[in-house]
Amino acid sequence: MNFTVTPSLEAEVDELITHYPVKRAASLMVLHAIQAQFGWVSPEAVQWTAKKLELQPINVLEILTFYPMLRQEPMGRHQIKVCRTLSCALGGAHELREHFCEKFGLDAHKHGAQTTPDGKFTVEFVECLASCGTAPVMMVNDEFYEGVTHAKADEIVGKCK
Amino acid sequence: MAQEYKLILKHADAPGYTPDIECYLRHGGYATLRKALALTPKNLADGKTLSAPEQIREEVKVSGLRGRGGAGFSCGLKWSFVDRKSGKPIYLICNADESEPGTFKDRQIMHKDPHQLVEGMILSCFANDVHLAYIYIRGEMVEGAKILNQALKEARAKGFLGKNISGSGYDLEMHVHRGAGAYICGEETGLIESLEGKRPYPRIKPPYFPAVLGLWMCPTIVNNVETLCNVKHIVEMGGAAFAQLGTPNNTGTRIVSLSGHVQRPGYYEIEIGKATIGELIHDPKFGGGLRPGRTLKAVIPGGSSAKVFKAGEKFKLKKKDAEGKEILVETDMLDLPYDFDSLAAAGSMSGSSAIIVMDDSTDIVEALANISEFYAHESCGQCTPCREGSLWMSKTLHRLTHGEGRAGDADYLVKIADNIPGGRTICAFGEACSWPVQSFVAKFKDEFVAKGAADEARRAQQAAAPAGQKPLAAAHH
Ligand SMILES: Cc1cc2nc3c(=O)[nH]c(=O)nc-3n(C[C@H](O)[C@H](O)[C@H](O)COP(=O)(O)O)c2cc1C
Ligand code: SF4
Ligand code: FES
Repeated sequence: MNFTVTPSLEAEVDELITHYPVKRAASLMVLHAIQAQFGWVSPEAVQWTAKKLELQPINVLEILTFYPMLRQEPMGRHQIKVCRTLSCALGGAHELREHFCEKFGLDAHKHGAQTTPDGKFTVEFVECLASCGTAPVMMVNDEFYEGVTHAKADEIVGKCK
Repeated sequence: MAQEYKLILKHADAPGYTPDIECYLRHGGYATLRKALALTPKNLADGKTLSAPEQIREEVKVSGLRGRGGAGFSCGLKWSFVDRKSGKPIYLICNADESEPGTFKDRQIMHKDPHQLVEGMILSCFANDVHLAYIYIRGEMVEGAKILNQALKEARAKGFLGKNISGSGYDLEMHVHRGAGAYICGEETGLIESLEGKRPYPRIKPPYFPAVLGLWMCPTIVNNVETLCNVKHIVEMGGAAFAQLGTPNNTGTRIVSLSGHVQRPGYYEIEIGKATIGELIHDPKFGGGLRPGRTLKAVIPGGSSAKVFKAGEKFKLKKKDAEGKEILVETDMLDLPYDFDSLAAAGSMSGSSAIIVMDDSTDIVEALANISEFYAHESCGQCTPCREGSLWMSKTLHRLTHGEGRAGDADYLVKIADNIPGGRTICAFGEACSWPVQSFVAKFKDEFVAKGAADEARRAQQAAAPAGQKPLAAAHH
C-alpha cells in the first residue's frame, strides 16, 4: 500500500496537534484527516500516526477498531449510508436500502457494509443521523440527503461518477 | 392555545438569515458578551462582592436553567460543583454529539445560527474561568463541523476569541473536535475519554465526576448545545426574566424534535410546559395530526431511551386546587404538559425532547426490535449486563420478528431488561437500553405474546404435518 503523506496533510496534522495540551487527544482528528485523503486507515497510516503522536500503534489501533466511521479497509468510491433507526424505519428506510441493493446487485439480506465488485458503491445501514423529521435520510460520503424517495435516490446515484 | 415561542430559534429560519458573523452582528450578536466582559464587581448587602463571572453564575442559578441534553439537571448547580480550588485548569466542552434517536434540534442551531452557540460558550467559559474549550460534534455532521470551524475563525478575527478578548484581559481558545459514529460519545465521561484520544469508555462515578476529575483529570463542564445557547439569553435578559418563561421548575423554552407518523414532522420551540403532548401532535401549528384515517398507537416522548406511552394511557398527576391544596388529577397521556416534571411523574422523561409518534399501522414488536438493535450496536461493551443484555434482548426480538418467536419471549425480555439497570453498569446506557424494553412489553404485552404464540403454533403444525407435505417455512433471514 502506498502511504505517502503530502506536505499539506502533514501541515494539517501539525495544526491539529496544537489544539490540545496532550498530543494523544489529536488522534481521532488525525485519523479523520488521513481517511479524508486515502479513504481508509491502513496499517502504515496507524504506524505513522502513532509515531507522530508519540504513542504505541496499539493506542491508535484500539480507536480505529472502535469507531464505525473509521475504515480498516478500502470502501467504495461512493459510500451510501442509509439511516436504519426508528423514525427512518417508520418512513421507509428498509425499502430504501433494499432499493439500493437491488439496483447494485447486492444481497439485501446480508448484514454490514457491502461494496459493488467495481468498487464504485458501498451500501450500509447506519444509526440515527439526527434528522429524523425528514425521514428517510442518508449520506453519500460527506453529503447529507433528506426525504429520500426512490426517485430521488436514483437521481443522486445518477450523479455519482 | 399553545404557541411556538422562538427564543433560541428566533433567527434560525428567518428569510435571509445566514450563519456568518456579519449577519449575527447585524442582529445584535456579541453585544451580550461585550456587556458581560465589562461588568464590574458588585457589592452585596452582606458586605461580600461578586466578581463578573460570579454574577453570571448567579444569574444562571436564578434562571432555573435545566440541561437540555437528556437528564435535565440544573445548570447552575452543575457549575457550582466545579472544583475551583484545585489549581488545575478548568475546561468546558459543548456536547454536540446529538445521537439520541429522534433528536435533531442541535443540528438546527449549529447549521443556522452557529454564533449564538459560540457566544453562549464564551459567556459560559468566562463565567467559569475557562481558557480552553471544545465543541465535540458527532462525526457524521461534516457540514456542521465546517460551519462551526468557520464561525470560530470569524470570532477569532473579530477578537471574540483568543488573547485579551475585546480588551477585557480575558483569554479563551476554542476548537471543534469530531466524533466518529459512536452513540456512547454522547455520554459525558465517554465523550471526555474520546476527546482524550481513547476508546469512549464511560468512567465510573464516583470518583470521576467531570466537575472534579474530567478532561485530563481536570475540572470540566459538559453542557449540551441548546443549554449553552440559553446561557446567552439568560445573561442578556437576566435570570429572573428567563425564569418567567415556561413554568415553575421548568423554565425557558425547549426545542422539541417531532418525528414519525405525523403530518408535519419537524422541530418546534415552545415555552416548557405550555403545550401538551396532544397539542404537539395534533395542533396545526405543530404536528398537524396523524395521517388520514389513522389512529394513535404509541408515543415515545423523549428520545428512544424514554419509556413509551400508550394511546389512551392515564396518569394521576399532583396538582394544586383553587385553595392551594394538593390533589390528584387523572390526566390522559395526550394532556400531559410537555415539561421535565410532568413526564417524569408519568413514569417517563422528556430526555432529549424528541417525540416519536407511532400510528396504528405500526407493528409495535418491530418498533422495539428496531430500538433494541440500536442499543445492541451502541453498547460500548465495558459492563457485562449491558453488553450481553442489550445483545440478548435484540436477538430475542429478532427471532420474534422473524417467525421464530415463543409465547414466553415477552416475559423473557423483561427478565433480561430488569437485570441491566440499577447500579449494575458504569453509565446510564444500562437504563437507556432497558427502559424501552420494559415499557413496550409492559404496555403492549398482548402483541408480544400473540406474536410468539403464533410462531409456536405454526411450528407445531409444521412438525405434525405428514412427511412430504410440510408447508414451506415463512421466508426468514
Ligand atoms: C448513553 C447516553 C448518551 C447521551 N447522548 C447525549 C447526546 O448525544 N447529547 C447530549 O447533549 N447529551 C447526551 N447525553 C447526556 C450527557 O451525558 C450529559 O448529561 C449532557 O451532555 C449534559 O449537558 P446538559 O446538562 O446541558 O444537558 C447522553 C447520556 C447518555 C447516558
Ligand atoms: S452501561 Fe453499557 S455503554 Fe455504559 S459503560 Fe457499561 S457497557 Fe458501556
Ligand atoms: S432515525 Fe433516521 S435520522 Fe434519526
